[in-house]
Amino acid sequence: MLAEVAGNVTAIGYGLAAIGPGIGVGIIFGQGVQAIARQPEAYGLIRQNMLLGFVLTEALALIGLVAPFIFQGL
Amino acid sequence: MITPTLLLAGISLAPAEPGGFHAPGPEIFNFPPLWAGAPAWLTKPTLLAMLSVVILIVVMWGAFANPKLVPRGLQNVGEIGYMFVRDQVARPFLGKDTDRFMPLLVSIFFLVLLWNVMGVIPIIQFPVASHIAFPIVLAATIYVMRIYLGIKYQGPIGYFKNMMFPPGVPKPVYILLAPIELLSNLILAPFTHAVRLFANMFAGHMILAFFSLVGFYFLFENFGLLGAPLGILGTLVTIAMTGLEIFIQYLQAFLFAMLAAMYIGQSLHAEH
Repeated sequence: MLAEVAGNVTAIGYGLAAIGPGIGVGIIFGQGVQAIARQPEAYGLIRQNMLLGFVLTEALALIGLVAPFIFQGL
Repeated sequence: MITPTLLLAGISLAPAEPGGFHAPGPEIFNFPPLWAGAPAWLTKPTLLAMLSVVILIVVMWGAFANPKLVPRGLQNVGEIGYMFVRDQVARPFLGKDTDRFMPLLVSIFFLVLLWNVMGVIPIIQFPVASHIAFPIVLAATIYVMRIYLGIKYQGPIGYFKNMMFPPGVPKPVYILLAPIELLSNLILAPFTHAVRLFANMFAGHMILAFFSLVGFYFLFENFGLLGAPLGILGTLVTIAMTGLEIFIQYLQAFLFAMLAAMYIGQSLHAEH
């Protein structure tokens, strides 16, 4: 046998589920910081929308975290 | 470069030797009843949840029961907290309806913050929201409320029409957009609202438990020259992670209250 996987496979699933949100959150905060640097007086508005986007993106990773528990019974 | 390798080796080799290092699992969230013969529901998390409510009521009562025009002492603190919630959480989403919903939002923000902060207070060290039942109750309250408000202010048909058909989109796109909007508003939104708080607190507590156990195991339980640097590293990471955890706890309380305000705001006015 070349390789063997021991332990819980759902950990891999969560790792895969975290790739997209990881990139997305990075983009959101990167662009947010850039926007604040360009227009510091719009800080409040930018931060509010930045957090909104962060929250929606992060939801995907969270669903990946709880998905194993949901599909356990199936 | 040698410490991460050792860390990985220490964990993956652990189950092989009896009495070796065991990483903490989800079982650290299960608590027995407080004393023998206590009702099964009376555990540490429920006790902490009730304690937080009592603390919040006492502090808020002390701050606002007898308000003065020139605030002193506790009233100062209370007003700063109130103003933070009003200006940062409520106003951007609720506009002129802010004052009507301030009691709810202040209660939610500070209750969730207190629940979360319980996770880093020495000796207590358990974030209440890492039991999903607690966030579910708060999120369900907001969910029922937003549907009630939406139907009250936009009418039963108008509410679902505004929800499923946001203006400014080409007609054919609605075939795709309408079901997605319905699903995300009625099922995914409350689900992620509760799970976000739960998952962050759960993962945060797990990280803290893991690194502090690394420190404890290699410095006290199984002290050795080879393991000692690893134990010191684990302790240092625990301290750093506690700092990060405090920030995340505040952020999650803020986001929970912010989303509550956003959902209520969406129900009050059709187009955001």
